[in-house]
Amino acid sequence: MDRRQFTKVAAAAGTVTALSPLNIARAQGARLKVGVLLPRSGVQAGIGQDCHRVIDVTAGILRDIGLPALDIMNADTESNVDVARSRAERLISEGAQLLVGAFDSGQSTAIAQVAEQRGIPFVINIAAAPPITEQGYKFVFRNFPTAPMILGDAFANQLEVFQATGVSPKSAVFMHVNDTFGQAMQKGFTGVMSNFTMPYKVLQTISYDPAARDLSVEVAKARASGAEALIMVSRLNDAILITRELIKQRWTPAAILSMGPGWYEDQYRKTLAKLGDGPMSFVPWYDPNKKLSKQLEAAHTKAFPDIDLNTNHIYTFEALLVAADAFKRAGSANPKALADAIRTTNIRDNVSTGPGIQFDAKGQNDKLRNSVVQNRGGKLLTVAPKGAANAKPELPMTAYDKR
Amino acid sequence: MPVEIYLNVAASGLLTGLVYGLMALGLSVIFGVVRVVNFAHGEMMTLAMFLTLVLFNALKLDPLVLMVPVAAVMFVLGYLMQAGLINPFINRPEHSQFMLLVAIALVLVNVQLIVFGPDAQGIRTRYSFDSFKLGPLVTDASKVYAAGAALVVAAALFAFFRFTLLGKAIRACADNYDGARVVGLNVKRLYALTFGIGSACVGAAGAMLMVVSDVTPAIGPANTLLAFVIVITGGLGSMPGALLGGLLIGLTEALGGVLFTPSAKSMFAFALLVLVLLFRPQGILGRRET
Repeated sequence: MDRRQFTKVAAAAGTVTALSPLNIARAQGARLKVGVLLPRSGVQAGIGQDCHRVIDVTAGILRDIGLPALDIMNADTESNVDVARSRAERLISEGAQLLVGAFDSGQSTAIAQVAEQRGIPFVINIAAAPPITEQGYKFVFRNFPTAPMILGDAFANQLEVFQATGVSPKSAVFMHVNDTFGQAMQKGFTGVMSNFTMPYKVLQTISYDPAARDLSVEVAKARASGAEALIMVSRLNDAILITRELIKQRWTPAAILSMGPGWYEDQYRKTLAKLGDGPMSFVPWYDPNKKLSKQLEAAHTKAFPDIDLNTNHIYTFEALLVAADAFKRAGSANPKALADAIRTTNIRDNVSTGPGIQFDAKGQNDKLRNSVVQNRGGKLLTVAPKGAANAKPELPMTAYDKR
Repeated sequence: MPVEIYLNVAASGLLTGLVYGLMALGLSVIFGVVRVVNFAHGEMMTLAMFLTLVLFNALKLDPLVLMVPVAAVMFVLGYLMQAGLINPFINRPEHSQFMLLVAIALVLVNVQLIVFGPDAQGIRTRYSFDSFKLGPLVTDASKVYAAGAALVVAAALFAFFRFTLLGKAIRACADNYDGARVVGLNVKRLYALTFGIGSACVGAAGAMLMVVSDVTPAIGPANTLLAFVIVITGGLGSMPGALLGGLLIGLTEALGGVLFTPSAKSMFAFALLVLVLLFRPQGILGRRET
């Protein structure tokens, strides 16, 4: 190497060295592009839009707790599995470096396949079907309990509630909506229940059409069984219809124990006012005593004063929290580095009930716990488990005609 | 299971069936005269339900009172639809009429989605949660009022077609199109009036249904299907047939649900339809084509 060549190489090396800190700075300054897939139109539009509300609130909280800001790329799955798949493809083509979504198990399954094929991390906000994290995927993570986890916790929490109130129903009717979710819960119900010593005997199982406009026959049948408690797996509209029928048919069960959505939702409580008080929902929820829960609740109330914080908001927020935390620790938007960082997530200061956010080898947060929320005075009170509650449970329900 | 359960369920089914019958009456009236099958029937009823909701929120009047303005608005809408859109299709092939009305149905569903959103919305009246107790019978007050109103509207419609000159003229068009024209009747105008009357029926049924159930844009196609099942069972074009069909479907769904499984109650309504098609293809009160 002669002097001229040496000078050129040295100059080039010097330039690269001089500019490299700028590269680091640029990488650190760049935002992670997160593709958020939600059913914002179609039959699940209401829920998808509800999940989406928390995205506006999340930016401020991430900044306050020292996590990097995210560039959100929104996509509507139109409540359709095929659309979910194609939107995921498109988001990745448009530069999404991580995907979040999609509320529904079918749509999340389709997105998981795309994410795995393209090697892009996918953090599921809400979807309970167990197979999603049983496929050996390396890029798919779920911070939401599976259906068996929800059921198992529901029975454990029921026992805690019965002990705390001193009211143990001796008989129950199990009513469930006859859709994918309802059938999955019904299949798991008997099996999981056999692991617990429940005080009640299930006298009858009644399934009903998810599109039903009139549930008078179903409620008449349940009432005729003489059961003390009503165990429900429903959606929002049917929860309202069933409550109306209970009132009209002059039957107040000692307890309404719901293992799904509907009974705790804003629209249910607003539509029925004081007649909506009493039911208990055994659901993935938040620990109101956690610091971040209070922060999220305050920010959410400020942004949406008429809407209470619920499962949709909590788990969508936590999916974004996982993304921002992993991006910070990975120091890069490289998909593999991000996936590795998500796998080693250990967020103790979180919102959902349980010890925090960690993922097992399958990408499932198996530490999540359910809560019990009871409608009282038009508000939602967390009544169990004891360590994550802000009120005591109350049973039996006050008769509808005495309110 | 105690006998009172069957009595309660049967009473509820009959009351619901009367409202179903009024809904289907509109479809039967239109087909009976204009010979056009309104594939946007359920979507028009959903529109009437939303109209009732809007008026209820604005005026705080009982939906059974709002039935009158809602029926009037739907009459105008139906008249304009027939005069402006459907009349040019009267002599075209049936598939053209089918496509036109399906397109209208799709437009209605999507406009309702944009304007009202996808969530179920309902009305709470002072009697929403009331029920009447008569011995072992516990009957939903809202259903009793809605069924009573359905009977009154149906009786008024029968009287109109039987005793008024205009009603007789419309029946003449239905019986003999050429004969009606020969005697100087303005058939196109009478068709538009008939479509308006059928739509007014749908409007009245929509207002009544708001008393007993919630509304979402998604229920439109299901209501169209239900109306078809009812009028085919009762006899397409027969007004008493539509009411009878409504009662039978309401009762079949209710008893099927309690005797077998509630999630399959629609199956029993369709099974009844299959039986009618097999053994009396013109419907229970329908006239056989000659």
